[in-house]
Amino acid sequence: MKHEITLTVNGRQHPLVVESHRTLLEALRDELKLFGARESCGMGLCGACTVLVDNLPVSSCSYLAARANGRSITTIEGLADGETLHPVQQAFIEHGSFQCSYCTPGMILTATSLLRDNPNPSADDVKDYMAGNLCRCGAYYEIIEAVLGAAERMRR
Amino acid sequence: MKTDLSVIGTDVRRLEGRAKVTGRIEFVDNIELPGMLQAAILRSQVPHGRIRKVDASRARSLPGVYAVLTGDDLLQMNIDPFVGPAFKDQAPLAIGKVRYVGDPIAAVAAVDRDTAEEALELIDVEIEELPAVFTVQDAMKPDAPLICERLVPANTFADLIELLGGEDVPATSNACFQYKLRRGDVEDGLRRSDRVFEHTFSNPASQHGDLEYHCSIARWTSSDRLEVWSATQSPSYVRIMLANMFHVPESRIRVMVSYLGGGFGSKLYMKLEPLAALLARAAERPVKVRLSRKEEFLTITKHGVSATLRTGVTKDGRILARDCQVMWDTGAYADIGPRVTHKSGYTSAGPYDIPNVRIDSFSVHTNKPPAGAFRGFGIMQVCWAYESQMDIIAREMGWDPVEFRLKNVLHEGDRQATGTIVRSLGLDESIQAVAKAVGMGNGNALHPTTATHLRRGKGIACSMKAVITPSVSAATVLVHPDGSVSVLSSSVDMGQGSDTQLAQIAAEELGVRVEDVGVVHPDTDVTPYDLITAGSRTTFHMGNAVRLAAADARQQLWSTAAERLDAAPDEIVARDGKVWARSAPDRAVTHAQLMFARFGARAGTLMGRGTFETHHGATDMETGQSDNVTAHWMCGATAAEVEVDTETGRVRIVDLATAVDVGKAINPFACRQQIAGASIQGTGPALFEEMLQEAGQLTNASFVDYKIPSLPDLPERVQPLIVEVAHPEGPYGAKGIGEAGIFAIAPAIANAIADAVGARVPDLPLTPEKVLRAMEANSSLAPSGGEGKGEGAS
Repeated sequence: MKHEITLTVNGRQHPLVVESHRTLLEALRDELKLFGARESCGMGLCGACTVLVDNLPVSSCSYLAARANGRSITTIEGLADGETLHPVQQAFIEHGSFQCSYCTPGMILTATSLLRDNPNPSADDVKDYMAGNLCRCGAYYEIIEAVLGAAERMRR
Repeated sequence: MKTDLSVIGTDVRRLEGRAKVTGRIEFVDNIELPGMLQAAILRSQVPHGRIRKVDASRARSLPGVYAVLTGDDLLQMNIDPFVGPAFKDQAPLAIGKVRYVGDPIAAVAAVDRDTAEEALELIDVEIEELPAVFTVQDAMKPDAPLICERLVPANTFADLIELLGGEDVPATSNACFQYKLRRGDVEDGLRRSDRVFEHTFSNPASQHGDLEYHCSIARWTSSDRLEVWSATQSPSYVRIMLANMFHVPESRIRVMVSYLGGGFGSKLYMKLEPLAALLARAAERPVKVRLSRKEEFLTITKHGVSATLRTGVTKDGRILARDCQVMWDTGAYADIGPRVTHKSGYTSAGPYDIPNVRIDSFSVHTNKPPAGAFRGFGIMQVCWAYESQMDIIAREMGWDPVEFRLKNVLHEGDRQATGTIVRSLGLDESIQAVAKAVGMGNGNALHPTTATHLRRGKGIACSMKAVITPSVSAATVLVHPDGSVSVLSSSVDMGQGSDTQLAQIAAEELGVRVEDVGVVHPDTDVTPYDLITAGSRTTFHMGNAVRLAAADARQQLWSTAAERLDAAPDEIVARDGKVWARSAPDRAVTHAQLMFARFGARAGTLMGRGTFETHHGATDMETGQSDNVTAHWMCGATAAEVEVDTETGRVRIVDLATAVDVGKAINPFACRQQIAGASIQGTGPALFEEMLQEAGQLTNASFVDYKIPSLPDLPERVQPLIVEVAHPEGPYGAKGIGEAGIFAIAPAIANAIADAVGARVPDLPLTPEKVLRAMEANSSLAPSGGEGKGEGAS
């Protein structure tokens, strides 16, 4: 069955026709050519496909595109304010918080959500909140440092 | 070589950092070509069987399907269908037989993935099941079914040509390769020892778990050239092998690589490239082949290994003899198994000065997914065995584990078991660094246990590896009219940061700013040959090639500078984009001004060329002895402090210190990141990673059932430590470091567990269940916390 939907992605409206089983990740990548969200486990537990739907992080590989109809979606491509990077993005560069970066967009988007909930997290809070974002290169300490660093900057 | 360094040794952040945090970095799966089709693969459901029939006629007539290929179809094409880095034993689609659950049988290219997958359902397959074997022990029985019938050497890599010979021979057993090392007289050495210890240790097969899937795209151009975009660690090799397969000159094959989402050895040699090229040829359209996570589990693994060590020691703490038998489960196809068996064979007795050594290693087929290279080419597996046993011996003999290692470890000028003299090996320094970092080695590493159910212990382990030799890396450095610089290299940046470090080397040699250096990604039409991006090769080999190429360009530019600045060429110095004569630092010019002076306009290109080759000495195949097996040794050590819950067997890593001898840190931040990343990655196979199978069927082929380390699994502290023992041939003294950080993680943790609770688990991973059972089996674990006895001392 096909659905006529409108996805609002990074503030821009996209009318689409999607099959019932089409995931949000497929819609973003295949239709909208936004490649920052990536598939890795295909089961909604590694976090590489994380995007924000109405400001909440979701695994877009396990979220049907039709369900996102009318909702506001933020992908990593929409996080920066023009040329100015989001403080979390900037912190990831400064702390060198990635190697291959396959996980990075999901990490950054999840971190922005954490900081919205909790502007002053501890390292353990970061570990708990971001437990569903995997990094095989093992840049976890640099990621924690970046999130804490960004939190401090955003509190100022 | 330059000595007054300005860029080398500084923490330059990755050149591509902004693209990575904005998600705009290019991965192969992002590439879409006009008319591109998607592929799906039909895989064997049985572990071993003769293919009776594959009928794809219904699939071919499904609307949207452009091509369906089977093994029989490959035989009808004018190609050499068999590939493999050691033996030509694996066709992109099974021909005649299937050899494991997951072996590709047929492939479809269709307008989209849904259609391709639908077409798979329409392919009728008849397979006559054959007896199958799933363990090396069963595979080595005289009446075991033969999995691969012929051994056809690939004759591509220099080290493997020497090992496997040029002949195509019928296989007589499931062992496709044996490595032998003989030094001194092992039996005599064991007889003269005061104590002899014998133990068997094992590691299961595990996953690389790189988050990016394998993905290859192929397109045949109108001029019958083949273009391939692939997530590969070995573009130069892929080009050669595709040229072989299609009987065309290498100049008609173009392989391009963007960034990789991790590799760790999984993306080496040929993987999906042949299938993409074959489907694209059949469909007359570009085709993308991309795996799913489940298919990743079926494509390549880290070797499962069983190692039995007999070790003789004298009362004064010397190792007199060591006899090693190492069985490598290489799965249904050899992939690079023989190289893994061979390269880790050199050091299977450990990084120690032992006068009598015998090593017999076998690479053995089973009806399971193929095993290939994983970070370290087998060193993790042999290190697990010898460093576990070192600890058992130390505890049995009442020796301090740090002192025991330091007493036996190889030093500069010693002859390693292969007969090769050791140069530039900071192993002693690495051991001391990690021991100090966690507070070991003060005469007694053992400390009292507490009365609670939580007990702490510390353990140490160390390791060394020979870099693959001989090998070749070549680079081109271009200086453009504005003075900016391009580095052309076929080394693949898969996350390790090679782009940034190669740029640092070019910037250092030419005196330009790092941000003015661009690194051109592998494109075999443009970037020169590189053996593979693996085995900790890049900094040493490609680093040297880039240094030579940059120096070549510099020499050309400096002749212009000498005229312009009225100074001798060796008086010219440059840094941060400025060039001046040593005697007149106030009269600096820019590289752009020099280029203008050289070409008389804003025009021209200066081209620097660099090729770095390493060579080895001849090896006696019966004894493994050679005066030069390797261009350099890499080494590292790990010390761990753990806390064991004696009620649940759960292990928490309190502290994990790993030191790696990097020779010279080109980029200290990147070095520490590699070491820490390897340490964290290494905790997975140490504590919980394991591929499980029943009758050849994987039972945990997903990230739900197969766990990799996540943030809550992090050790409380990870200490990455840099040791610098310069190598005379390394660029600025640098050595490769990508692997050494992971070698000793598992045994260091196991040794810490033994220290904490006296329990020894010989088979990885160190799950709570196994730790608890080992504690229960250990009768000496009295409530008061007695000294644990290593099991099985003879």
